[in-house]
Amino acid sequence: MSYFEFLGQYGDRILSGTLVTVVLTVLAALLAIVIALAAGMMRMAPNPLVRGVATVYIEIFRGTSLLVQLYWIFFVLPLFGITFEKFTAGFVAVGMNLGAYGAELVRGAILSVPRGQWEAALALNMSPAKRMWRVILPQAVLIMLPPWGNLLIELLKGTALVALIAVADLMFQVKQINGTTFLSAESFGTALIIYYILARFMLTPFMRWVERIMQRKLGRA
Amino acid sequence: MNAQYLSGFPLKLEGDPVPMVSFKKVTKSYGSLVVLDSLDLDIAEGEMVTIIGPSGSGKTTVLRMLMTLETINGGVIYVDGEPLTHMPSGNELVPANNRHLRRMRSKIGMCFQHFNLFPHMTALENCMEGPVHVLGLSKKEARERAEELLAMVGMADKRDQHPSRLSGGQQQRVAIARAMAMRPKVMLFDEVTSALDPEVIGEVTNVIRKLVAEHHLTMLMVTHQMGFAKDISDRVCFFYGGRIEEQGTPEELFGNPKRERTQQFLSAVKEAI
Ligand SMILES: Nc1ncnc2c1ncn2[C@@H]1O[C@H](COP(=O)(O)OP(=O)(O)OP(=O)(O)O)[C@@H](O)[C@H]1O
Ligand SMILES: [Mg+2]
Repeated sequence: MSYFEFLGQYGDRILSGTLVTVVLTVLAALLAIVIALAAGMMRMAPNPLVRGVATVYIEIFRGTSLLVQLYWIFFVLPLFGITFEKFTAGFVAVGMNLGAYGAELVRGAILSVPRGQWEAALALNMSPAKRMWRVILPQAVLIMLPPWGNLLIELLKGTALVALIAVADLMFQVKQINGTTFLSAESFGTALIIYYILARFMLTPFMRWVERIMQRKLGRA
Repeated sequence: MNAQYLSGFPLKLEGDPVPMVSFKKVTKSYGSLVVLDSLDLDIAEGEMVTIIGPSGSGKTTVLRMLMTLETINGGVIYVDGEPLTHMPSGNELVPANNRHLRRMRSKIGMCFQHFNLFPHMTALENCMEGPVHVLGLSKKEARERAEELLAMVGMADKRDQHPSRLSGGQQQRVAIARAMAMRPKVMLFDEVTSALDPEVIGEVTNVIRKLVAEHHLTMLMVTHQMGFAKDISDRVCFFYGGRIEEQGTPEELFGNPKRERTQQFLSAVKEAI
C-alpha cells in the first residue's frame, strides 16, 4: 500500500482524530488559563489559607505525572462519586496540569511589573481589584505571552495521553490504525507530522499574532 | 500598635485653622534602622512646603507615608483634621482599615520621580482612568476634565500618544495632569525633575509654578533644585537624619541658615552646581 493509498483509506479517521485533538487542546487551554490566573493570583494573596490552597494545588499538579493525574480523574474520582465522561476527564486533566505550570508564569509576570505601577495605581486610590485588572494584568500578560506559547505547545503534546483512556483523539486513531494494519511508520509518522504542523504552523503563529495585538495596545508596535 | 500609646492623640484636630496636613510624633523604621524619628510637621491649607536634605535623610519616606504607601510605626498623621493612618473607634484611635484609608486617600495625590504612567494607556486614558474607575465620572465628564488638564500642562496635542512615545518631561507633565484629575486637596511631588534631562526640567517646574499660581492646593515637594525651591516655596524644611534640622521661609533658610549642618549642606550643593 502506497502512502497515498494509506491516506485515502484512513484519512477520515486521522482527520476526525485531529479535530478531537484540536478541540481538546482549545478546551484544555481555556481551562489552564483560568486556573493559572486564579492560582497565580491566589499565590500572592495576603490570606495564608488562600495562599496555601494555591501552593498545594500547584505542588501536586506539577510534582506528579500527568498520566497518573489523568487516571485519577478518570478511574479514582468515580469511587468518590465524581464521574466524568472520558472526553471531559481528558481535557480537565490536561487543563489542570498545565494550569499549575501556568500559575507560576502568571505569578512571575505579575511580580515583574514594576513596583511603581502598583504605587501609581494606589496613589489614584484604585481598589485592589481595579489595580490588578486594569493596571497590572494587562502589563503582565505581555510579559508572560512568550512562555505561554511554549506552555501551550506542551499542552497540545500532553493531550496525546488521553488516548490511554480511549478518547478518540489523533493518537488514539493512529494507534487503532496501526493495530489493524501494522503500518507503524505510516501511522505514527503521520501523527508526528500533524502534531508538528499544529504546534509550529498554527499555535506558534497564533501566539505571535496575540503578542502583536497586545503590543499595539501598549503603544509599542 | 497599642491603644495606650495612642491615647495622647486627639480623634480629630480642633482649632482654627486646622492644618491640612499634620504629622504628630511620627516614627518610621525599617527593622532596627530608624528613618524618621518622632517627626512633627504641620502644613497649612494652601501652603507650599519644600523638603530638602541629603540622600537618605527620610524625605521620600515622609511623602510615601502621607500617600499611605508606607505604614508608620508610631505617632499619627492627620489630613484635613482627620487621622489618616488611624481611625476613631469609640474613644480611641485604632489603625485605619481599608475603607478609611480609601476615603482619606482621595484627598491626596502624588507625582513620582519616574512618572509611573500606565504604559498600556494613552496620555488621555491615563488621565481618565482615576476619574472613571475611582470617582465614577462618566466617560464624557472624565474626558473633558482630562483634556482641560492636558491643555493646562501643554500636552493637549499628545493626548493620544502612549507614554513610550513621550519624552521624560512630557511624561511627567501627563503624570501631573493625571494626579490633578482626581482633584486632590494635597499634592505630593517626589523629586519630579530628578530623572529628567536638564533642558526639559523647566517645562515641568513651570507646570508646578502654574499649579501654585492658579490652584488653591496644599503642596509638599521634595527637590534637589535649590533655585526652584527658593522661589516657589512658602516654607523650606531641611531634613537631616530623619529629623527636621531647620525650617523657615526660603529667605531665612537659604539666606541665613542658622544650623551648621544646614550651612554645610547648602554650600556643598552650591559647589556641585
Ligand atoms: N523599603 C526600605 N527598606 C529598608 N530601608 C529603606 C526602605 N526605604 C527606605 N529605606 C531607608 O530609609 C532611609 C530614608 O530613605 P528615603 O528614601 O526617605 O531618603 P531620601 O531622603 O528620599 O533620599 P534620596 O535623596 O536619596 O531620595 C534611607 O536610609 C533608606 O536606605
Ligand atoms: Mg528620595
